[in-house]
Amino acid sequence: MTIAKNESRRTRRGWSDLVLAPYSFWSALFIVVPLAFVAYYAFTDNNFQFTTENITRFFTTVNERDGVTTYTYLLIFWRSLKLALISTVICLLLGYPTAYIMANAGDRAQKIMLTLIMIPMWMNFLIRTYAWMTILQDKGILNGFLTSLGLEKIHIIGTESAVIIGMVYDYLPYMVLPIYSVMAKMDVKLLEAARDLGCGSFSVFKRVIFPLSLPGVTNGITMVLIPSISTFYISQKLGSGKFFLIGDAIEGQYVANNLHFAAAMAFILMVVLLIFMELLKCFTAHLYGGGQK
Amino acid sequence: MKTASRILTAFIFIFLFAPIAILIIFSFNEAKSLSVFSEFSFKWYRELFRDEATLTSVKNTLILASLSMVISTVMGTAASVGICRLRSKWYRRMMDTVTNIPMTNPDIITGISLMLMFVFAGRLLGTTTSLSFATMLIAHITFCLPYVILQVLPKLQQMDQSLPEAAQDLGCTPMRAFFKVTVPEISPGIITGAIMAFTMSLDDFVISYFTAGNGFQTLPIRIYNMTKKTVTPKMYALATIIFFVILALLLISNFTGGEKKNSKPANG
Repeated sequence: MTIAKNESRRTRRGWSDLVLAPYSFWSALFIVVPLAFVAYYAFTDNNFQFTTENITRFFTTVNERDGVTTYTYLLIFWRSLKLALISTVICLLLGYPTAYIMANAGDRAQKIMLTLIMIPMWMNFLIRTYAWMTILQDKGILNGFLTSLGLEKIHIIGTESAVIIGMVYDYLPYMVLPIYSVMAKMDVKLLEAARDLGCGSFSVFKRVIFPLSLPGVTNGITMVLIPSISTFYISQKLGSGKFFLIGDAIEGQYVANNLHFAAAMAFILMVVLLIFMELLKCFTAHLYGGGQK
Repeated sequence: MKTASRILTAFIFIFLFAPIAILIIFSFNEAKSLSVFSEFSFKWYRELFRDEATLTSVKNTLILASLSMVISTVMGTAASVGICRLRSKWYRRMMDTVTNIPMTNPDIITGISLMLMFVFAGRLLGTTTSLSFATMLIAHITFCLPYVILQVLPKLQQMDQSLPEAAQDLGCTPMRAFFKVTVPEISPGIITGAIMAFTMSLDDFVISYFTAGNGFQTLPIRIYNMTKKTVTPKMYALATIIFFVILALLLISNFTGGEKKNSKPANG
């Protein structure tokens, strides 16, 4: 009897290993191995000989103009980081209160707002970005509107501000949704308990709502920061190709068939993002711990 | 406080929808202008439906999305069953980490990494053009899989594990127990996962851009190529159609989603 039982258990286990096998194989071959290829290409030259030249090229290429020397790729990387961080902060400042309002609205209003937030998300981001290009162009809708009001035209297309507007527009829903989903699940009893124990509205927010919403905030930050730091379409369209972001640099090298240098930049981007995510994790863990005291 | 929150909500939704509204309005513009509305017309819609390349790209996108959806849903569901029963902790943690990679990595890195591997493999096989429909399909399945697993795995973990075991004790083969007991139980997860896979594939530009061959153009790649040059409002017509299709789908899913809660899914 026991033998039979063991036997059947073993066949069950065998079966579950079998169904996992295709995915194990697939994810190893198409997730892990390609990442290894990024590192391999990053550290080899065109003849697949080991070299660190691609990496050093990223850190040492300089650009001399009007007697001023700037580090070409470091500057590009710094600009990407700067614009992505600004966009993320704006998304957070706009998205957090929006999520809070949504979570506290009535059932029907919640459902409607959720659908409304999701519609732009489902539209292709190329189209969304393109829409902003037609709005912000010198002869675009915004300037047409300003002229009809008798105001001065503004030149915004091709500036960093235009790129930031595009990033905020494209990725705002990715900030709102994770924060909303955490807040909507929050236990109302906790808030009531805090109030019963003498907390005012502000300290309920500070001591209960905010710490509990932090996982959503962290999620939102990563979901906005990662696509905005690596974008190349937004900067091409709204920045009019006047300045490069790291995504543009990678895409440009891909188009020029410099795969090894493209891989090197992708590799550096990946490492920086990994470090950033770890820091974010530590930081929120620290904040979360602090909030509970 | 109340007015402040009303103003903010109004601002957010105007901000989100103004560009879309503008696209829709100007898609009916007779003139080519982006800022002056001259006369109402369907001219750009007619032009769009005469544009063979765009129509083909729509067809290509649907083929690609359907195939990636079916394959990633089947493989992802099977994987979830396997992951759910894993005893070994480190294997499980490894699967979790690996599954998370495509979701946390920027699309450009996922795209570049797959492209590098395909190009390298193509070199080994001695073919000049290694990127094709097949490489794109592989890429799409790869980034859809985590979304399926993310939907199905929690449903499996919530499920009473003794149900399929009972079925097996009553003489079902594991296969039959799975299809008769487990699948109906986790079907909401499978359906959501499949829908997510389909929409992710439909919407993807960056990864497709790096892994597509020259011959195969999806709609996002077509849009990219169209917006490279000066654009005719044909693009707006396309955007308007996409908007209304999405709106219809969301309304339908909300509608049917509401119904499902009331009636338990039929077994079998």
